[in-house]
Amino acid sequence: MPYSPHMSRNNFVKVVIGFLGSIMGAIIGIPSVFYLISPALKKHEAEATIPLGSLENFPIGTPTLFTFTRTNVNGWERTVNSYGIYVYRKTEKVDDINVFSNICTHLSCRVTWDESIQNYVCPCHAGYFDIDGEVVSGPPPRPLDQFETQVEDGNLAIIFKEV
Amino acid sequence: MTEKIFSWLDERLGLQTLYETILDRKVPKVNWWFTLGSASLVLFLIQGLTGIFLSVYYVPSPETAYDSVQFIMNGVQFGWLIRGIHHWGASLMVIFVFAHMLRTYFYAAYKFPRELTWITGVILLLSTLGMGFTGYLLPWNQKSYWATTVGTEIAGTAPFIGDFIIRVLRGGADLSAVTLTRFFSVHIWFLPAIIAATIGVHLYLIIRLGIAGVPDKED
Repeated sequence: MPYSPHMSRNNFVKVVIGFLGSIMGAIIGIPSVFYLISPALKKHEAEATIPLGSLENFPIGTPTLFTFTRTNVNGWERTVNSYGIYVYRKTEKVDDINVFSNICTHLSCRVTWDESIQNYVCPCHAGYFDIDGEVVSGPPPRPLDQFETQVEDGNLAIIFKEV
Repeated sequence: MTEKIFSWLDERLGLQTLYETILDRKVPKVNWWFTLGSASLVLFLIQGLTGIFLSVYYVPSPETAYDSVQFIMNGVQFGWLIRGIHHWGASLMVIFVFAHMLRTYFYAAYKFPRELTWITGVILLLSTLGMGFTGYLLPWNQKSYWATTVGTEIAGTAPFIGDFIIRVLRGGADLSAVTLTRFFSVHIWFLPAIIAATIGVHLYLIIRLGIAGVPDKED
């Protein structure tokens, strides 16, 4: 083949195919990634006020379990999650209330209050928290999570935040 | 560096030989009608790919099939695109496979030594129609429900064994959850496996025998 300053037909076709192929690949590939990850990017509305009822239901000095459910729409179905919280009234004062999530800060098992040893106990990996939610022993990296409380007309409520 | 990697792989895989046998083989002078086979193959691959993506969210049960399809269309980013490609690709594939068959027939390319290519082609055409029939039910909307009612009913008009055929197709007397799951299974496992394997034989025969040219006056 004699020397030509122009691109050969063969190379031209290769470049065009490579170029168009990359564009088509991107047009298909990028939406595909979004298709796969988009449910992961959705956030539920963050806050809700959960009424817990009259303060009198919660004795002073002993953490008391309260359970409630929250419904989320995930894809094509409604998922009902149950939550447990421990209400601990230290004194008569309405601002002296601690409300703990019963979700262990280690790997999300549920802790229970053990009256005999005055600790919250996580059954999964032997995590122990004291009555104020502080870690006593075991693997949990931080104290139990707490919720903000509200008292109106003798009724207790918490500000629940979806994690 | 790339050359080194390539020659290392080539020594073991025989890539150069594969390239020469499959892509650099001699072909007679042909026209655009000879692209229909490749087009069908590309459509099959697209259907396979988009189908795999759809299976991420689709759930084949009467309670969830419709809602999960709605979720794909409205709740997932680009779900409409993936399902749209699968939807239109399905119709296109039937058209292309059928046109490919017509070209082979009118060019008399099915004759010796290519009878087996033709026979595997027939299997591929019928499987493609089967994919269309089973896939149509999966959205579980009114149209797909009644189309499948009618379709299975037509199969049931066969003499003597009609009732048996209808029961096998539906997995019972009624169009039900059992019908949906078996159509789903046939749509994503049985037929794709048959089609993939048959395409393998079909392509092997094409490479082994070469393609027939456009017939002239002498033929």
